[in-house]
Amino acid sequence: MNRLFVAAAFVALLAGCQSQPTTQTAAPVEDRTAAGTTPGGASTAGAGTGSVAGSQQGTRPGSTSGNPLRDPSSVLSKRVVYFDFDSFTVRDEFRPLIEAHGRYLAQNRNARMTIQGNTDERGSREYNIALGQKRADAVKRMMTLLGAQDSQIETVSFGKEKPKNAGHDEASWAENRRDDILYAGE
Amino acid sequence: MRSPLRRLVLLAALALPLAARAQLTIEIVGGAGTAIPIAIVGFEGESAFPLGVSGIVAADLERSGLFRAVDTSGIAPRPSRAEDVRVDVFRGRGADAVVVGSMQPLGEGRVDVRYALVDAVRGGTLSSMRYVVAPNQFRATAHKIADEIYEKLTGDVGVFSTRIAYIAKQGTRYQLIVADADGADPQTIVSTDEPLLSPRWSPDGTRLAYVSLEQRKPVVYVQNLATGARTPIAAFRGSNSAPAWSPDGRTLAVTLTRDGGSQLFLMNADGTGVRRIMTSPGADTEAWFMPDGRTLLFTSDRGGSPQIYRVGVDGGGVERLTFDGSYNVTPRALPDGKGMVFVGRDGNRFQVAIMDFATRQVQILTNGPLDESPSVAPNGKLILYANEANGRGILNAVSADGRVKQRIVAPAADVREPAWGPLPR
Repeated sequence: MNRLFVAAAFVALLAGCQSQPTTQTAAPVEDRTAAGTTPGGASTAGAGTGSVAGSQQGTRPGSTSGNPLRDPSSVLSKRVVYFDFDSFTVRDEFRPLIEAHGRYLAQNRNARMTIQGNTDERGSREYNIALGQKRADAVKRMMTLLGAQDSQIETVSFGKEKPKNAGHDEASWAENRRDDILYAGE
Repeated sequence: MRSPLRRLVLLAALALPLAARAQLTIEIVGGAGTAIPIAIVGFEGESAFPLGVSGIVAADLERSGLFRAVDTSGIAPRPSRAEDVRVDVFRGRGADAVVVGSMQPLGEGRVDVRYALVDAVRGGTLSSMRYVVAPNQFRATAHKIADEIYEKLTGDVGVFSTRIAYIAKQGTRYQLIVADADGADPQTIVSTDEPLLSPRWSPDGTRLAYVSLEQRKPVVYVQNLATGARTPIAAFRGSNSAPAWSPDGRTLAVTLTRDGGSQLFLMNADGTGVRRIMTSPGADTEAWFMPDGRTLLFTSDRGGSPQIYRVGVDGGGVERLTFDGSYNVTPRALPDGKGMVFVGRDGNRFQVAIMDFATRQVQILTNGPLDESPSVAPNGKLILYANEANGRGILNAVSADGRVKQRIVAPAADVREPAWGPLPR
């Protein structure tokens, strides 16, 4: 009898512990990112298509077998561009990476990309959304100069809201001043 | 079988609801220096109720930093009406004013709450009121009494009856919370696993606009507080952020990147009627309506560094307002329209500052180093803002003259993005 009372009290406590009802209505967002198809690699987390790893659809002639976007020896598997403090200028060391992705998009008209801009934790949240956006747009601009279409790339900003490194020192901040390049389906 | 069950019960008892772990406590850490000494006598009959009104009145007045509660212990008999106050006795305790009152049940769940504010220097009743309320209105009644006392003794409108919104982050969970201005009664409005920012009260207090990253990009929502229903009013290509309400509550300014680059747009409160305000070579964001509804403050880096500008809602008359330093952002108009609060960076320090538009003088109000997101109380006297202390997000408040300081923390959450709600109508 005692055990029953305790169990009932436990259930009552849990019921009372639930947070206020939240609004989880789906937001109809204009989605321009996933319109096209991309070669799916078996090792891609989250792609879930189960397509053959050796897919050659749209890969450049002479490239290694398998999806170049996921090939660790291909520059296309490199997806991060880092920035200096207060800056949205692309450093020279990242040009080869950006050029490779730009050419890939130019040659694969169905490929779709999102560039996510980020900042370190200092300063206004909303101005950092704008600064992250400038960082994403800077990389997009370089890619369109190489033939990528405007419609292939969506640029968004997370500002300082989604840091990769939660530290509060220069090294952490440098890691957070970044663009992340994602292809649709990833 | 008994031991695991007992352990489970203990665990359940320790598991506070999310909102409670993000509840705010507010302490004064700097007073006005010339605080008004006030004697608040416990209300007659209030000990019979689970919540006493005089305690909330005293806490409100002390938290404002403008009042200092005088010790009333040992004064007998305890007066509950103005005519029973022996002014000389309270004067002897150093009080300039005395608050007395009573709480009496009337039957059928109604309670008679009355108070009187007595001038201890010159004698006489400064204000008094009688309310008939239900017990669930005790808090609101206490705040109303505190507002009346505050107004009578300072000449300014009280904000004890207002609410605040803020974002609480616990691990990977983000909540948008609305609470009373003293932190009581926190209600979770939105709860997600993605960041939330920029909560903004509609001028009538019925809706909150905010930015959420639930869609893996910034999207602006407007949510009705009574129903919980929400609409994504800006979910265009790219990033949608920085909502700001017009004084009549019919229009929102937002920052959209859909046409390439962060630029300012206006739209109706339901998301229709989108129109661009102006085209600029830089990134424009953080639009904020002036009280006249005809001018906007905003942040722009069109000149090479982020600074604050002013523009008409028609896009004309752009004027730069800040010239000191290389980083001035987050403008917030003062309710009387005579100036603004903003964040300026000095070296490595981000600090809250206030500018008078007539003189263009700037006063730094806080120390930083990572102060952000100021929000001005509707009486223009206090400014809520966020900062970090020991790697943890907390809120602070500072008076418009920089003298009163409050520190505001939640026991188990990082809190940020405070938004002071409007005066109740």
